[in-house]
Amino acid sequence: MKVARTFAMAALLLAAGAVAAEIPQSERRSGFSFMAPDTQAMQNDDTNNPGMLWVLDGEALWKRKAGSADKACADCHGDASTSMKGVAARYPAYDKALGRPVDLEQRINLCRANRQQAAPLAYESRDLLTLTAFIARQSRGIAIETGADPQLEPFIAKGRALYSQRQGQLNLACANCHDDNWDKRLAGSAITQGHPTGYPIYRLEWQSLGSLQRRLRSCITGIRAQAYDYGAPELVELELYLMSRARGMPMESPAVRP
Amino acid sequence: MASALINVPAKAKRGDIIEVKTLMSHIMEPGYRRTASGETVPRDIVTSFTCRFNGTEVFRADLFPAIAANPFITFFTTATESGKFEFEWIGDKGFAETASASIVVE
Repeated sequence: MKVARTFAMAALLLAAGAVAAEIPQSERRSGFSFMAPDTQAMQNDDTNNPGMLWVLDGEALWKRKAGSADKACADCHGDASTSMKGVAARYPAYDKALGRPVDLEQRINLCRANRQQAAPLAYESRDLLTLTAFIARQSRGIAIETGADPQLEPFIAKGRALYSQRQGQLNLACANCHDDNWDKRLAGSAITQGHPTGYPIYRLEWQSLGSLQRRLRSCITGIRAQAYDYGAPELVELELYLMSRARGMPMESPAVRP
Repeated sequence: MASALINVPAKAKRGDIIEVKTLMSHIMEPGYRRTASGETVPRDIVTSFTCRFNGTEVFRADLFPAIAANPFITFFTTATESGKFEFEWIGDKGFAETASASIVVE
């Protein structure tokens, strides 16, 4: 009994130690709050926000029939403003058939393969970005709740481990910048806390909309490590960990970032 | 592809100064970049933007290669009468897009 209690205490202390390194809830900030007022204004007004061009295209694609099943997303899911509300705020989510988490892009492609009998859309292709943007837009303002499913726990843990793992020629972990130095600047730009609240984002540097995986891959290249391929389980686990870390923060998709 | 986002107030009082905002979907390829194999990517930009109100030109802009993708153009004008703004974008490779928005002036 005493041994068990000591064990439990040790586990508690370990858990507390792990949590202490993370950013406290009260200090969490969206990337939005690090931006200049004119970039914020761009995001706040849908007629200024270039991400809305993708959202509008996505709406058209949502209603267009595709694949040999000759079905559109709307034929099963109906009006996206109700059926897709809050969905993006829960992704990546656990997929029972695959036994692992899938992100929103993979979910769209699973739907295409299984329900529409259509070819998958490539990561960062215009069609996949427009559909993701359109679906994510339906969750704007809704609090992120990714990671509530207990089946996701081992995958969140893997994502957290990857986040804290030093790698690349610069030997940096995500945490070295985004937990330890988020209040500082890197080459004139705010480092930020890495909460993926607004994906897919219109990034001014890209002059285009892009997915969270694209963002992660450019960060990984930045620390001069070999980036994982699009759709790699490691990237999904990182996405999952980051989204679960941002739990409770409101969705901003499609966000604008510098 | 959705082409333009337009923001014009639906109503205004006569004499009011109103802001017109337009966002055009375009890659604005400057013509100076090269592919991995060294070939120049040909220029593909919007070269001209025009706004007419009830047929009269009220704003015009020429665009150049240093302008970012999805050009966002805004300007102010005075509301004189009810009518229709007509926007036109012209560019390389035969690019031509139009959009319009109406305003009621009381």
